[in-house]
Amino acid sequence: MRQPKQRALIGLALIGLALAILPLVVGAALGNTWVRVLDYALLYIMLALGLNIVVGFAGLLDLGYIAFYAVGAYLYALLASPHFGLHLPAWVILPLGALVAGVFGVLLGAPTLRLRGDYLAIVTLGFGEIIRIFLNNLNAPVNITNGPQGIARIDPISIAGHPLSRPLEIFGYTLSGVTLYYYLFVVLAIGIIFVGIRLQDSRIGRAWVAIREDEIAAKACGIDTRNVKLLAFAMGASFGGVAGGLFAGFQEFVSPESFGLLESIMVLCMVVLGGMGHIPGVILGGLLLTLLPEAFRHGAGPVQQALFGKVLLDPESLRMLLFGVALILVMLYRPAGLWPEARHRRELAEK
Amino acid sequence: MSVLLEATKIGKHFGGVQALKDVSLTINTGEIYGLIGPNGAGKTTFFNVLTGLYPKDGGTVTFDGAPLPLGSPHAVTRAGIARTFQNIRLFANMTALENVMVGRHARAKVGVGGAVMRHRRAREEEAAIRRRAEELLHYVGIADRGGQLARHLAYGDQRRLEIARALATEPRLLALDEPAAGMNATETSELKTLIEGIRADGVTVLLIEHDVKLVMGLCDRVAVLDYGEKIAEDVPDAVKRDPKVIEAYLGA
Repeated sequence: MRQPKQRALIGLALIGLALAILPLVVGAALGNTWVRVLDYALLYIMLALGLNIVVGFAGLLDLGYIAFYAVGAYLYALLASPHFGLHLPAWVILPLGALVAGVFGVLLGAPTLRLRGDYLAIVTLGFGEIIRIFLNNLNAPVNITNGPQGIARIDPISIAGHPLSRPLEIFGYTLSGVTLYYYLFVVLAIGIIFVGIRLQDSRIGRAWVAIREDEIAAKACGIDTRNVKLLAFAMGASFGGVAGGLFAGFQEFVSPESFGLLESIMVLCMVVLGGMGHIPGVILGGLLLTLLPEAFRHGAGPVQQALFGKVLLDPESLRMLLFGVALILVMLYRPAGLWPEARHRRELAEK
Repeated sequence: MSVLLEATKIGKHFGGVQALKDVSLTINTGEIYGLIGPNGAGKTTFFNVLTGLYPKDGGTVTFDGAPLPLGSPHAVTRAGIARTFQNIRLFANMTALENVMVGRHARAKVGVGGAVMRHRRAREEEAAIRRRAEELLHYVGIADRGGQLARHLAYGDQRRLEIARALATEPRLLALDEPAAGMNATETSELKTLIEGIRADGVTVLLIEHDVKLVMGLCDRVAVLDYGEKIAEDVPDAVKRDPKVIEAYLGA
């Protein structure tokens, strides 16, 4: 009994060590641009994990999820920038962002409770757009969001008085700003993964999956499907709210165009591609869909140059083309995602 | 014998079709009560109104001395009525054990906080849920199927699993919608033993069934529905001889 537990601890320690030295290695080998890409990957992983609760566990297809990311980001922007002259610390704003996004999750979820599938998708898509359009237009008559120009000069996230955007000298070694953000994001992503896993293996998580599998039977089992669905919306949204706050502090600038429909679809793709309802799969999906396009953007030009002597296709459009092909291939050959839940394996093991 | 459930003048129509016309019936504590009738007589509609799945048009139901919150399935379940479905409705991609564990939902309390913190009370509750679910799988005779996905179970086992899941909600009244449908003679007789055992353990049973032989052999009292109306309610022997019942089944 002792052996597996020890082995698991050693495994976790190794993963922790790998995560700790990853940005240093990447920074030294590929430059800080790539550490920045890792930071974005972590933000997307948090988003994908939040959406996974709604889509993967509870089976509610939400196409407007990015709205909660926007809520978290704008909340941070408004409370920590010269726009209103407020400069609250991040450790106040981030939990508040989770809370406010969660409330928005309930508000937007409540009218959709009777809807499923395509109908739900269309309504949530509309809600997502409503939030973005509000952000775009709430600069008159009273300027709240500063409209399409967005909010600039947002305070960076500070820990113990040190803004993470500034390099930190430690033991004679300089950690760049993006590396510092990386560490913060990793810690929070691990926190979100932890919460996700705990919820999945609980009474609440079972109720979500039960609703996904058969809503009528779930009701007959005594599950108050209204409350349990709203809880899924709220939990998913609050993850998105935290990620949004981090995004605002990290970029030090937000504008409505970061929260378009395409972003919602991108996060949904991460969930579906990785493996709906399976946390490791969703993490993989988030990682792949952030890293691969980025690698492609940097690599496609030079590769064409080397092969044909000139750049034939614009890397940006080629990127979208290959992205589409990859999605089609996955849907054809791995419809359950790249790394789906291994229920079947477990089932065989228990026989 | 005390009255467990009293339905008074339950009505339900779908558009112009009157599916239930003032159906009243009384189920006593500890009995096996059968509800039979030809196809389309309104048996399942009555079930769905009773368990809150359909809103009713009229009438009241008193359960265990208190009015039943009709129109809200989960509240009906919490009040102590559990049901199975004519076309088995399991959580197909969950294991058999997890299906039964879902049935414990209403009788457990741990919320998001407890699930995340996993404090002692949460761990104990989770362990109790699992233990009870295992007991119930054993009770219905599919203890060795716990780890299998519900959709991979044999048909008869799926029926049993649905009953186990219903029992997990700690019902005082277990409502079974055609549990013997599609079963062969051996399976039906095993089912009969199971239902008798459930009654012996103190759960009142309401049974909708097509298999008249099973109903007559199992039920203490039987009500007959025809075209949405109750045409008879009595002990099986009397119902069998009732000319109105014979007419309904054989045609005039």
